[in-house]
Amino acid sequence: MDQHTRTPHAETPHKISYGTYVLIWFGLLVLTALTVSLAGIELGRWVIITALVIASVKSLLVLNMFMHLRFEERTFRVFALVALGTLLIFITLTFFDYAFH
Amino acid sequence: MSSTSPGVAAGPHAHRDDVGSRLGMWLFLFTELILFGGMFIVYAVYRFTHPEAFHLAAAELDTFVGTVNTIILLTSSLTVAMSITAIQEGRKTFALTLVGMTILLALAFLVNKYFEWGHKFDVGIYPGAPELLAQPQGVILYFGLYFVMTGLHALHVIIGMGVLIYDFEAIRRGTINATSFVRLESGALYWHLVDIIWIFLFPLFYLLH
Amino acid sequence: MTQEAVSVHAGTRGFYEDTGKRTGIRAWIFSTDHKRIGLLYLMTMGVFFLLAVAFGFVMRLEMLSPGKTVVEAQTYNTLFTLHGIMMIFLFIIPGLPAVFGNFFLPILIGAKDVFFPRLNLLSWWLFLAGGLLALVSVFLPGGAADTGWTFYVPYSVRTSTNVLPALIAAFILGFSSILTGLNFITTIHRMRAPGMGWFRMPLFAWSLYATAWVQVLATPIIGITLLLVMVERWFGVGIFDPTLGGDPVLYQHLFWIYSHPAVYIMILPGLGVVSEILPVFARRTIFGYKFIAFSSVAIAAVGSLVWAHHMFTVGMSNTGMFVFSLLTFLVSIPSAIKVFNWVATLYKGSIVLEVPLLFILSFIIQFSIGGFTGLMLGALAVNIHVQDTYFVVGHFHYVMFGGTGFGLFAAMHYWFPKMFGRMYNKGPALASWFLTTVGFNMLYFPFFFLGYFGMPRRYYDYLPEFQTYHLISTVGSWVLVLGIIVMVVNLLIAYKRGKTAPANPWGGRTLEWTISSPPPTENFHDIPAVTTGPYDYSEYEQRQAEHP
Repeated sequence: MDQHTRTPHAETPHKISYGTYVLIWFGLLVLTALTVSLAGIELGRWVIITALVIASVKSLLVLNMFMHLRFEERTFRVFALVALGTLLIFITLTFFDYAFH
Repeated sequence: MSSTSPGVAAGPHAHRDDVGSRLGMWLFLFTELILFGGMFIVYAVYRFTHPEAFHLAAAELDTFVGTVNTIILLTSSLTVAMSITAIQEGRKTFALTLVGMTILLALAFLVNKYFEWGHKFDVGIYPGAPELLAQPQGVILYFGLYFVMTGLHALHVIIGMGVLIYDFEAIRRGTINATSFVRLESGALYWHLVDIIWIFLFPLFYLLH
Repeated sequence: MTQEAVSVHAGTRGFYEDTGKRTGIRAWIFSTDHKRIGLLYLMTMGVFFLLAVAFGFVMRLEMLSPGKTVVEAQTYNTLFTLHGIMMIFLFIIPGLPAVFGNFFLPILIGAKDVFFPRLNLLSWWLFLAGGLLALVSVFLPGGAADTGWTFYVPYSVRTSTNVLPALIAAFILGFSSILTGLNFITTIHRMRAPGMGWFRMPLFAWSLYATAWVQVLATPIIGITLLLVMVERWFGVGIFDPTLGGDPVLYQHLFWIYSHPAVYIMILPGLGVVSEILPVFARRTIFGYKFIAFSSVAIAAVGSLVWAHHMFTVGMSNTGMFVFSLLTFLVSIPSAIKVFNWVATLYKGSIVLEVPLLFILSFIIQFSIGGFTGLMLGALAVNIHVQDTYFVVGHFHYVMFGGTGFGLFAAMHYWFPKMFGRMYNKGPALASWFLTTVGFNMLYFPFFFLGYFGMPRRYYDYLPEFQTYHLISTVGSWVLVLGIIVMVVNLLIAYKRGKTAPANPWGGRTLEWTISSPPPTENFHDIPAVTTGPYDYSEYEQRQAEHP
């Protein structure tokens, strides 16, 4: 269990100030307001794209700041990319069937 | 090297590896992401094959209730994130307050959800309802996905609440403290994932009409 | 990799003596020791395997002659469903990782346990619960599930048989599999011994690593898919049912998004076992270590992108068919890289024909036949002709049983002395190798002809002109079962009365052979410092060169 020689002592984790958190939270609320107000406008096929882009930006804020992803070792970010990439590939390949019917 | 740890590996760790624990937690979160991802695939396909019906059905949902629930979850993410800073600074009471607030916000989300679902049931929108079955097939699929996806999300909210209550107790007893708080970090990570899922569910169901 | 550590524990029963504070069976079912958990899996999986073999045996008996031979048609449907569910979810998916991965992964990388030992125990409990639920569902009112292991909608939504318990069981088993994968990834990342760089890891560990990623990333899809079928059955929610607008083909997509990568969960550890055992009995440093290591990762990655080749006859778009056929062909590249490297390792080696190596040689040949017929199936035109025939059944039994199954037999005979501290008798072991290899090929090779001539899979009855092939196949099943019985009995006798095994009976160079047989609790008194690659036979090769 205990031979983690590459991290010989419990590392001092990154500490984030309350102010930063509140700022991020405020940013998330602004983005929510934006996406809700955009929903009222007729954007045609851009509706789904703008909604998904805004949702992705919000998720990135939560992932990087609330979940400390940007302060973790690089492995964590590689893992996250692998997981996300896998899901995107699953969706894309499924549409190789449905989009060409 | 550590020959101190006793008997079978269940004993206390002579050396902690918080990074490893968090790595494991993240891997678990990815499985949750892909679990929901499977439903997003179903959603994407049916939205693609029934665009008009999805448009129509989305108008049935109450954007206001959805927005309120979004704000509730985002705020709960804030409080649980702040609780980690609080515990790092050794401010136990403040940490307890923040985790407690998170749990209450989760409860508020569920109450909201309960009334939202209740209203749908009242107007005859529930799986197998004759009114719903009379609708075009795309609408049946939309509401099928709506109930399953928000339902499974709500189940995750409940599980997350359980985890946070457990962490609350651990902070109170002092097993989560300024030098050992990876359990709170894991609980918070799980909670943020619940938030992220909702960040996508919200526009896909409530805003695309 | 030194031999000194051996003497310290020599002559003891190693971890078997250290029961913690518990006694009897509780020292096993509540133990978080990775070795005990590995053996728990071996016991439970062994029981499920033998049951599933028995089901297969009865199925073959039924196919001996056209029409009813021994069982009714509905019983036959139940038999192939249970045979599939148990072999896949209870034997071959957990298979090598759960038994040999649990027992040996920490030892191979120089660690004392896996990263999350309690989670590891939970995985086994979930496995047991899922397995028992699948078994119990057979006897509940309503009758055993008759959907085949694929649970295709809309039939699985409508049949009155006990599909729900079977679905829940598969869901629980998937969860168990995810937890094992997650545990192994974290273990490999965080717990390698000093000096154990990524490219000094034994290749079995590499294959487990690739497998674990597939377990973590693909299994949730089957979880959610089965869950969707459950809510469809429970609440009548419209998801896949065509009467509610659902698309049954979408179910098939989701099912195979998991279940095709799942066949790589099944075969990758088998490929790892070959790479592990081959150099030891060829007394040669493995040829192309990095190619083998990366080909495991490549198989896991590309293998996750080919699922719809199970669906070429369901009316997919032509673009979809083309893309999935092309991707399918790509998987053969890393697979072939492995086979070439194995053969190159044997070339000019000082081959010692011990039982584990014989199983490996059977593996390589059978896996090659399975892989080659897989290519035929990946070709669109051929696939349309043989889809859902015995050809497909023959193909996957060649890969899954001829490959992974024989890999498991090889691993069993290779690591048995280490796991139990006893040697088995070579004579009966040789006989079991001979009988299983002959029986296996007799049983499944006729399937290719049957399928090519048009015999559909899962059919209870058949035309008289197929009988010769079915007859050969059924006789083959008798030989195969005899071989399995000889093997099990031989190993059980060895477990009871075998001679005490030395620490390193085969001349292996990896870390498990530096500790006593059976290993002590926590494996290593001092965590070893690793200074060489895993299959360092350079000294041996040099000696051979000087004194041939």
